[in-house]
Amino acid sequence: MVNTNDALSDSVGLVVPRLERFDTPLLLDCGRTLHGFDLMIETYGTLNADGSNAILICHALSGHHHAAGYHRESDSKAGWWDSCIGPNKAIDTNLFFVVALNNLGGCHGSTGPTSINPDTGKIYGADFPLVTVRDWVRSQALLADRLGIMVWHAVVGGSLGGMQAQQWAVDYPARLRNCVVIASTPKLSAQNIAFNEVARQSILSDPDFHGGRYLEHDTYPRRGLILARMVGHLTYLTDEAMKQKFGRDLKSGKFMYGYDVEFQVESYLRYQGEQFSKNFDANTYLLMTKALDYFDPAREFDEDLVRALSGASCRFLVVSFTTDWRFAPSRSQEIVDALIANNKSVSYIDVDAPQGHDAFLFPIPRYVETLKAFLAAGLPTRATTATQGANHAA
Amino acid sequence: MRLDQRLAERWIKPNSRVLDLGCGDGELLAHMQQKLGITGYGVEIDPDKITAAIGRGLSIIQQDLNQGLGRFADQSFDFVVMAQALQAVEAPDQLLLDMLRVGREAIITFPNFAHWKTRSYLALRGMMPVSDALPYMWYDTPNIHLCTFRDFEALCHAHQIQIINRFAVNDDQQGSWLMKHMPNLFGEVAIYRVSRL
Repeated sequence: MVNTNDALSDSVGLVVPRLERFDTPLLLDCGRTLHGFDLMIETYGTLNADGSNAILICHALSGHHHAAGYHRESDSKAGWWDSCIGPNKAIDTNLFFVVALNNLGGCHGSTGPTSINPDTGKIYGADFPLVTVRDWVRSQALLADRLGIMVWHAVVGGSLGGMQAQQWAVDYPARLRNCVVIASTPKLSAQNIAFNEVARQSILSDPDFHGGRYLEHDTYPRRGLILARMVGHLTYLTDEAMKQKFGRDLKSGKFMYGYDVEFQVESYLRYQGEQFSKNFDANTYLLMTKALDYFDPAREFDEDLVRALSGASCRFLVVSFTTDWRFAPSRSQEIVDALIANNKSVSYIDVDAPQGHDAFLFPIPRYVETLKAFLAAGLPTRATTATQGANHAA
Repeated sequence: MRLDQRLAERWIKPNSRVLDLGCGDGELLAHMQQKLGITGYGVEIDPDKITAAIGRGLSIIQQDLNQGLGRFADQSFDFVVMAQALQAVEAPDQLLLDMLRVGREAIITFPNFAHWKTRSYLALRGMMPVSDALPYMWYDTPNIHLCTFRDFEALCHAHQIQIINRFAVNDDQQGSWLMKHMPNLFGEVAIYRVSRL
């Protein structure tokens, strides 16, 4: 329930999502073309007269356009990144015009596997093309054009969102002044891909998957989605955090010598999986994991990340979290080192946090304050000599 | 103006590439950026100082100096600056060599353990010296590799490092005739500008 006095003082309050329709054909990396598409978006704050205060929020695997505020007074939960977006928060909506969207291929209103394929008149399902991080960034650039934003003040993202922020710096260097890459990586490791593959096999091997045409069979691969989320969720947590939260606690206090839920951690994981399976499309989950696997901006530059990032001209802030083992600090440092090798303007912090990969969604004071300081210092009205000086080195 | 800022203006050429090791809240870096148009990075480990320095619009890398300077390429900076940190790292000799690997010149300051007050403290009291310049007890000091003017110059000599400038000052950053001519006895803080021979 929204407390209209306290909660709203640092909240963007009630927000209304809206659909942006694009008739422009979009050629995708996989070779297929979308002849038109919809993006579900939300915006917070006000775009200034010269359109220079806009910040793009890129979401991670399970994210969407609802990043901050509430849809209804009765909502119990705010948007997924409400801890960082709002009046006086790190991404200060008093200063910035914040744009959040549901990416192409998503299942929260943007064109994706649950949409109708205009060519067949049927639900896309498994026919929806695999989209890449670069495809998303292309579609986001079209959205920026639509909104009258020639240059983003910043493109910000955590995890898979941080990959989109990197891709922006590579593909549209003139269209962003600041790039914030949080808990991310320049490419997935074999272990990362392996976890994604377990998640995909969980879904693909569910008898209710029906080759991705489950909606036509009026069903969905619930068990597969639950398993996929359970294994995915594990990689966001840490051994220590799970020990703190669950330990070896038993639901009934004694061993039942069976396979029903006994340990609290089992109960938690199943609950997380079940909640997720109710609100997420399996085909979207599959293609999001592939987008993660495919992301590798260095691939076209002889595996040389330094060259891949050589064209970037924005300031960078790279953030990692000490206990994140999914995208460990060393992965963020690969990005930092490639930027340093290019003499780019980059700051890097490794935030001491117990939450693992999930930490990027928590309002950890040091992380939030540094993000806020970085975004404010990059405002064109302040510290211009400093930032321009740094960029000259590039 | 602070001494480090005055010396920076005297020694560091405009538009240089500068690496500031242990840059704190970035005051010196920001000063050099505004006055000299330098570019480069600060390296710092204290979280609050890093946030403050990033708030100045500086490029700051969180890193422990004990990890060395491996992420910086050979001769990628004109100057590498390090104030009051040499005595606190695990391998000062290695770090000094690393500074001159990544930079053409290095500017280094450290507390002089051979100052007459320190000497007499140890000689008369028989206890590890505690002073304004060295305000720690022996068991909690971060200064694990204290040295003197002479020690530092011996190290430079052993590694063919050239001393371009040397300053001896007190804790208030003031010099004197005595400090200039007998730095190892009267200088509280050593300031060196060095390069490869």
